[in-house]
Amino acid sequence: MKRYYQPEIETAPREKILEIQNEKLVKQIHHVWDNVPYYRHLMEEKGLTPDDIKTVDDIHKLPFLSKADLRDTYPYGLLGTDLKDCVRIHSTSGTTGKRVVAFYTQHDIDLWEDCCARAIVAAGGTEEDVVQVCYGYGLFTGGSGLHGGSHKVGCLTLPMSSGNTERQIQFMMDLESTIICCTPSYAAYIGESLKEQGFKPEDNKLKAGIFGAEPWTEEMRHEIEKSLGIKAYDIYGLTETSGPGVAFECEEQKGMHINEDHFYAEIIDPDTGEVLPEGSVGELVFTALDKEAFPLLRYRTRDLCVLNRTPCSCGRTHVRMAKPMGRSDDMLIIRGVNVFPSQIETVLLNEGYTPNYQIVLDRERNTDTFDVYVEVSPDQFSDLMGQIQKMEKGLESAMRTMLGIGPKIHLVAPKTITRSEGKAVRVIDKRKLH
Amino acid sequence: MAITQLSVFLMNQPGALIEAIQALSDAGINIRAMSIAEANDFGILRIIVSDTDTACKVLGDKYLFSKTEVVAALMSDRSGALYPILTALNEANINIEYMYAFTGSGPEEAYVVIRVNDVKTAEELLNANGIRTLSDESLKI
Ligand SMILES: [Zn+2]
Repeated sequence: MKRYYQPEIETAPREKILEIQNEKLVKQIHHVWDNVPYYRHLMEEKGLTPDDIKTVDDIHKLPFLSKADLRDTYPYGLLGTDLKDCVRIHSTSGTTGKRVVAFYTQHDIDLWEDCCARAIVAAGGTEEDVVQVCYGYGLFTGGSGLHGGSHKVGCLTLPMSSGNTERQIQFMMDLESTIICCTPSYAAYIGESLKEQGFKPEDNKLKAGIFGAEPWTEEMRHEIEKSLGIKAYDIYGLTETSGPGVAFECEEQKGMHINEDHFYAEIIDPDTGEVLPEGSVGELVFTALDKEAFPLLRYRTRDLCVLNRTPCSCGRTHVRMAKPMGRSDDMLIIRGVNVFPSQIETVLLNEGYTPNYQIVLDRERNTDTFDVYVEVSPDQFSDLMGQIQKMEKGLESAMRTMLGIGPKIHLVAPKTITRSEGKAVRVIDKRKLH
Repeated sequence: MAITQLSVFLMNQPGALIEAIQALSDAGINIRAMSIAEANDFGILRIIVSDTDTACKVLGDKYLFSKTEVVAALMSDRSGALYPILTALNEANINIEYMYAFTGSGPEEAYVVIRVNDVKTAEELLNANGIRTLSDESLKI
């Protein structure tokens, strides 16, 4: 079985990868300097010229780009080529309402589709396979990305787009799809629908799924693998950097290999912008090494994760990124420990609580206090005080195990957690008021 | 035979108890017996009321509450009356989770409400020892 889509680069010795990166970076810096006045100004403000960037070791000198820059320069301000050289756009909704629009030349589309093809082959795809793409098509990158990758591998591609689950299942059964690509939540939904229709996991021909575009947990992975009878692979990417395929999982399922010949990854301290040493948790930053139309340098993803450079048994030599553990905007530092609200939510769900909670942080005698209020559901309520106190203790120790720091748990009545415009307020940080 | 107790989760904050009691009283519900267990953040109000069904409707989805079967044993309102009850349960190795007492309407009449895991066994045991236990019907006043 074919193991790699582009074996030469995917398994290249580290020195070779570095050489490619350095060469592409120098070229890219000149391309951006010459064609993107916005970034050129940012470089000039730091007193930099293209000559200051000779290898990837110099990348840390370069200014960052963030979502705010994309907003400020909307729509053409970061364009690196003439519009006549662009063949496509994709777009994603910004958190503040304004959309992000990314441009692609044919070269950009090609390299992106190569990345997706690598992901499909890593999931076991060959030209024998039937790939059902049920990511949304259109402005969203998911559908087009995996569709293009599937073509490159030579798979029979079913451009289903998302939704219409009945039809998805009909095609899956009739055309014997072997690989499915969609969001993990949609995969879980299809799994449930199959079960409802009386299908067993072994009734379908699926062997693998490539899932991304939203956060998902290991528990979800196991659930999907069980309900569809497949191996579930993670894929990572964002519109700003192309789309899915910036990184993908191999059969090891221990982190996603970043396509380092196209994207240079750094982990930085989200507060100071300092590059962090190997193995630290921090914000993931990408530099597009050879994209033409939308050549973002040092783009801050806001995703927090860890890079792992230890060799992988699959034979790929590219660095692996862990599944992002949260957004840097959400991260709380409590007594020096990084805590994400999403981790608290995971514990609550694991322990059988509803995810209605509120974190309250304060400072007492120079020490952070960490309180979590959790709504009790009627089926958990007991008239026995000891029972309820045991629940509190159990939850406290589950939290300590997950977070490395134990909050004080307060069980409260249902619907008592503060809501603002219908949305629960998850974090109240009173430390900032002192 | 057993009687139904309502256990209501109340936040440990001013006004919480009054509010719940007021709601019951507005619906004309008489509280025959009550006790409160408290922790740091919350308390559990345990009540036996004249009309359990109406009380449940009043508490509705505004309160977190549960119905609990408890044993209510009749005893005379004098010193030492509790002793035979506790002895009987103790000798049968029945563990008491909590208990509280209230006086009845008749002269020298008192009741003790006992929360045990196995209400049926406890009642049979008490009855066998000549101790009367109450049913919901006998409390509807
Ligand atoms: Zn690998």
